[in-house]
This record gives sequence, structure tokens and C-alpha cells, in this order.
Amino acid sequence: MRAIGIILAGGNSNRMRELSQRRAVAALPVAGSFFSIDFALSNMECSRIQKVAVLTQYNSRSLNDHLSSSKWWNFGRKQGGLYQYTPSYTNENNSWYRGTADAMAQNLSFLKEAHEPYVVIASGDCVYKMDYNKVLEYHIDKGADITVVCKDMPEDFNVERYGTIETDEDGRITEFVEKPLVVKYNTISCGIYVVRRRLLIELLEQAASEGRYDFVQDILIRYKDMKRIYGYKLETYWSNIASVEDYFRTNMDFLKPEVRNYFFHEFPEVHTKASDQPPAKFNVGVSMKNSLVASGCIVNGSVENSILFKHVYVGNNTIIRNSIIMNDAYIGDNAYIENAIVESGDTIQANAYYPGDDGIRIILEKSERYNMQ
Amino acid sequence: MIKKEMIAMLLAGGQGSRLGILTSKMAKPAVSFGGKYRIIDFPLSNCVNSGVDTVGVLTQYMPLRLNTHIGIGIPWDLDKNVGGVTVLPPYEKMEGTEWYTGTANAIYQNMAFMEQYNPDYVLILSGDHIYKMDYEAMLDFHKENGAECTIAVMPVPMEEAKRFGIMITDENRKITDFEEKPEHPRSNLASMGIYIFNWKTLKEALIVNAKQPSLDFGKHIIPYCHNQGAPLYAYEFNGYWKDVGTLTSYWEANMELIDIVPEFNLYEEYWKIYTNMSALPPEYFGPESDAERTIVGGGSEIYGKVYNSVIGCNCTIGEGTVIRDSIIMNGSVIGKNCRMEKVIMAEDAVVGDGCAFGEGEEVPNETDPSIYREGLVVIGDHAVIPNGISTGKNVLIAGNISAEDVPGGRLESGKTLVKEGD
Repeated sequence: MRAIGIILAGGNSNRMRELSQRRAVAALPVAGSFFSIDFALSNMECSRIQKVAVLTQYNSRSLNDHLSSSKWWNFGRKQGGLYQYTPSYTNENNSWYRGTADAMAQNLSFLKEAHEPYVVIASGDCVYKMDYNKVLEYHIDKGADITVVCKDMPEDFNVERYGTIETDEDGRITEFVEKPLVVKYNTISCGIYVVRRRLLIELLEQAASEGRYDFVQDILIRYKDMKRIYGYKLETYWSNIASVEDYFRTNMDFLKPEVRNYFFHEFPEVHTKASDQPPAKFNVGVSMKNSLVASGCIVNGSVENSILFKHVYVGNNTIIRNSIIMNDAYIGDNAYIENAIVESGDTIQANAYYPGDDGIRIILEKSERYNMQ
Repeated sequence: MIKKEMIAMLLAGGQGSRLGILTSKMAKPAVSFGGKYRIIDFPLSNCVNSGVDTVGVLTQYMPLRLNTHIGIGIPWDLDKNVGGVTVLPPYEKMEGTEWYTGTANAIYQNMAFMEQYNPDYVLILSGDHIYKMDYEAMLDFHKENGAECTIAVMPVPMEEAKRFGIMITDENRKITDFEEKPEHPRSNLASMGIYIFNWKTLKEALIVNAKQPSLDFGKHIIPYCHNQGAPLYAYEFNGYWKDVGTLTSYWEANMELIDIVPEFNLYEEYWKIYTNMSALPPEYFGPESDAERTIVGGGSEIYGKVYNSVIGCNCTIGEGTVIRDSIIMNGSVIGKNCRMEKVIMAEDAVVGDGCAFGEGEEVPNETDPSIYREGLVVIGDHAVIPNGISTGKNVLIAGNISAEDVPGGRLESGKTLVKEGD
């Protein structure tokens, strides 16, 4: 195998509002049956990358349960494995991860002890499928030092929260502006990088010695003219979960047949931790329109343009519209929910009324619950 | 040293011929059940939930589906360094190579497998039933009574007792006598084919009776143990236990799952049923779809209307199609504007647009009236049925069908159309 993998899953985002109270973004359930980190992990798996480090920091516990066994992604082998690294308090180090480069620098031993020549760095909060070997081939072809996977976004896409890129005809990156105030390019970095392992070690050590901690600012942008940094264009579906609006839109994308077909039915499969929920059940008086329902749900009401995640209960005469109901939520009888994200494990009492007047609201409710059945 | 208190031996080699076309290419324990499961998932899940972590699965008839389903046992946590699940097919020997000729003969031929775990007890199971049972509680009962063999029994209505092996017990549930399918039953405790033996007792009984042709537990081993004076006990089980040996009982058992609170509840958290279907995406319901009293497996795309039915995983049901009282197994594709009533559609079958199944007179099936009955229409696995075909009731249709095979596009009630080959 030619590469090892690093998944950056440490982040928190206050644009995720209440959804980030309970979990890291990488541990957000997506598309009914998956977690956001499943996409990066499955990509690593199908790219035959066998050693993968997941760097976590913010609410790392939320990922532990999901990654408690690595066998769902076929890791946990003699030749390789899945390693979860949180900041570790030692003689040399007593700080949190102060940035993405620092997170990797604090785990240099993982990089140093590997023998594979390349490293694939990905983030744990993007929804996409990709064979990283294609980027690696491109990287070698171009004789690049670092390759950044990037994507042309439509004109109306707001790129202000992303790193924007300009490349020359050969694909070499000439400009890299992080979170631009004035938008000049609509090509954005997808947060996926390929770099030679020894070079990465060198760059990380250099940055650490200068007290620089951010991979984008202090390595990509700082070395833009000194190193050969190339852009690899991703043409397929890619979405970053960086805000509540992104999260909502990304989930709703799965109501489109082409997105569903691409992720659910085409090779390679996206893998996730087995949950062993029984098939979803639809009782009398149910109406289902343009909706996704994951395993373990029991539905008694009406659901329209919505996504029910695993093990959700919907009561009699309840109406759910344009909403996302996350795992293990219980929604009582005669409730009305529109344009909402219902937090996982919530109990919405009977007759609750949440009209969807202004934007997407996040419903957090902790009512008493007796019994799911 | 390796030591397992109790290991399980699961008999999964039988064809289950009364399931007709469903078992033409796979053993009965591999047949789908309840949307995402296979019959063998129930005893296997019972094993892990009961703390039995070593299971030998004895296969013989059409084992491919079983083998791929079981794999190395990951879904049931039976991928273990010591123990776990092992598939045990018949094998060639220096002399006297034979198939598994009976239930006990199959166990006898795998003596060496059991020996290596140095067990105190051996649990004998069959892969034919839908039930949840705590084998650990049965083992406790076995130990408390100082039994050498405990047989799980189930009270059945007296009038049905003559279809079963019946155990006659004293007030302490000690077995005093038994009779196989008695004309005038003296008890209503039917054997469920689930046994716990002391390993020593079982081993001795198997060796002594080794030469018996078609060595069988009910016919030979249990009577032998009884005659030797070994204490035999009956462990009464009162939960849901369903034999799915015939197409009609199979259909009924599936239909029972769609009740609001079914007698057999898959939604209980503390006794999960595991199966080899781990990374299932959610299922999609289209803008014109409908679903009532139905369960649907993950990854299915439902554009039509489904009532009182069990739909498997990764199925597609086209717009305008209406399905009632049917079982659609994993990976099946149904076109647009079809009507289906009381259909059992096996895995990966494809039905074109504008078909109608199960409409017509009640006429007995011409080839197997005892199997294809009660109005059921059965579509074989990997069948391909072209657009615009309609059938009556008690119909069997399988294979790659072309329009010329069905003159006038109509297959009357009671007909069988099976095309061999691909």
C-alpha cells in the first residue's frame, strides 16, 4: 500500500448551533443511516488505505461509540488499523490541538513509524465518495509536493467560508485565499490533501518550531510559491457540513434519485456501524410522500419531504413536513413539525406544534418517555 | 486449555421441500424472513443472546447462500479467536464416506469438532423456526434437575398433538415416556427439536448407535438415553415459536409481523435479532406512494402503494403499482402499474410493467397442489417476467420468462410455469 490516512475530525463549529452541543461534526448522523465520518472512512477503505488515524478533540467521546469497533470499515488488521488520537498529555506536550497542523504534529510518531511513502489527509465532515488513488496518481504525474482536492462551485454558491483557489493551466495552485472577503474564484478546497510522508513530517516540524499551527495558513498558503502545490478537480458530489443550513441541505439532497443512487446503490458502498434495527414499520393511517425512512422506525402519521433517521417513532395523526428527525426521537400523537431538525433522542409530546415560519429551527426537547413500543 | 461450558450444533442441512421453489436453490435456513432476515438468524441470534459463543452449523443441501450469509460470523459477534461460528459440511473420509444421513448422524460425524472445545453440554438446534429463546435459562433448568438430556417442549392444542413428537412427564417435568405422532396423544407437550445433552451422555449414545442407518435424535438417541435410564427432562417454553415449514405457514408468519404490536416483536431492544445486512441505507418513498400495515427493509425505493405486506431490502416498486398481502424479498424489482395480491416474490426477481398476479378463480395447482395453495402466487428467485403478464391464483412462475411462454399474456389459476436454465 502506498499511503496512510489521516482524518481530521476534531472540529466544532458554532454555525452548527445546538447540534454541536452533543457531538463533534464528524459524529453527526447524515442521510438517515450514516455518520458524517463514514464517508471519509469508507473512502479510505475502498482506496485500500489500511492505516488510518482519526484526530479528534472537541467532544471526542461522541465519536468513540461509533468507532468502538473498526471492523465495519474492514480496519483492525495486522497490516494496519484505525487509530483514534485525542491530545495526549506528556512530558513534551501539555496543550490541546491548537490547529490542524498542530494536531498532526502532536502525532508525528504515527507518521514516522509508517513505511508508506504518501499520506492522504481528509476531513471527517464531508459527504462524498472518492478513490484517493486517483489523486495520488495525479500527484505523482504532476510531480507535486502537495495536491489539494478542489471543486468548482456554482456561481450562486457562497464560498466565503471556504478556502478559494486559482490554478494555472497545468493545475498548479497560484492563489489560495482562505475565507475570502472579496470573492475572486469559485473553486474551493475540499479539505482533502495528498502529500509525501517525509515532506509532511518536515513541514510539520518546521511549523511547530515556529509556533505555527494551521495546515492551510501555515503550510499551504505559506509554502504556495516555494512548493509545487497542485489542485485536483473533483467532479462528483461533495458537500461539507459546516452549518445548520448545509446540514439540512445535504440531507435533503438525498431525496433526489441521482444522489441516492450514487451513494446508496452504486459501487463502492458507504459503510457504517451496524445497528441491527429491524425493518421500518408503517401502521394504519400512514401517509408517506417523498421521504426517506431508516431502519427501526415505526410510523403512524404523515411524513412529507422529510428524513426519518434510525429508530424514530411517529405518533398517530402527527404531521411532519420538510424536516429531519434524528435518531431515536419519539414524536407523540397529533404533533405538527415543519422545517425543523429534531435532535436525536428527543421526546416530542403529543399535540406539540412547531410551524415552520422562519427558517430551519432546531428542536431540543427532553420530555419524559415511558416506552418506545 | 480450551474449554467451553456449552457449545451449540445447528442443523441446517435440510432442504425444506414443502417451501417449494423457495428452497430450490438454497437450504431452508437461508430463506429470507421478515424483510431483512433469514431463518437461521433466529437460532444464531438466540445463541449469542444466551451467551453461547461457539456454534457449529451443519450444512448439506445447497449451502452457498448459507455460507455467504454466515461468513465468519461478524453480524452475530461470532468472529472469535476461540469458538465462534464454524460451518461443517459433510466430508470425505479414509473409509465409509457418507452424507449426513440423519440429524444425529450429522452430529456424530462432527465428534472431533465438539471434542476440541471440551464442553460440558451440547445444545442441538435446528434452523427451521422463528422464535426467541434463552438457552441459558434452559441450561439452568437442565443443571437444577441433574438431567442428562433436556428437551424443549411447547404446549400445543390437544387436537394438533398428533402431528408432533409428544413428551409425557411427571409433575417435576421428568420425562416418563414419549411417542412420535401418536394417534391418541397422552400429553400436549410437543418436542421443539431443541436438546441440551451432557456431553458425556451424548458422546456415548452417538458412539453406541453409530451403525444405525439414518441416525436420528427423536427416533434413536432419545429412546436410547431413556432406555439406559438417563434422567430426561422437558423444559416448557411458552413464547412465540413458529414453524415456517410450509409456504402457507411461512406466509402467515411474515404477515403476523405487521400487526401493530405483533406477538413476535422484532422491535424489542433487549433481545435483538442480528443479520448480515449491516450497511443498509434508508428506504425512499416517492411522491405518489403509500404504505399501510407494512414493513419495509432498507434501501428500497417505493413509488407505488403497499398494503399488508413485507418488503425486503433494496427492492424497487414502480409508480402506480399496488401490492397487497404479499412478501417481496430482497433485491426484487417490480415495474409500474402492476397489481399483486398474495404473492411471494423470491429474491432478485424482476417483474415488468402492467402485470397482475393473483386474480382469478380458486383452482388447485396442477403440479404441487399441497404446496402452492390458499391462493398464493409464488415467483421464483431471479425470475424475469415481461410486461403485461397476468396470472390467477395458486400459480408458480419461475425462470426467465418471455412473452411467447405465456400465450395471451395470461396464466390461469393453478398453472405452473417454470423455465429451466438461466
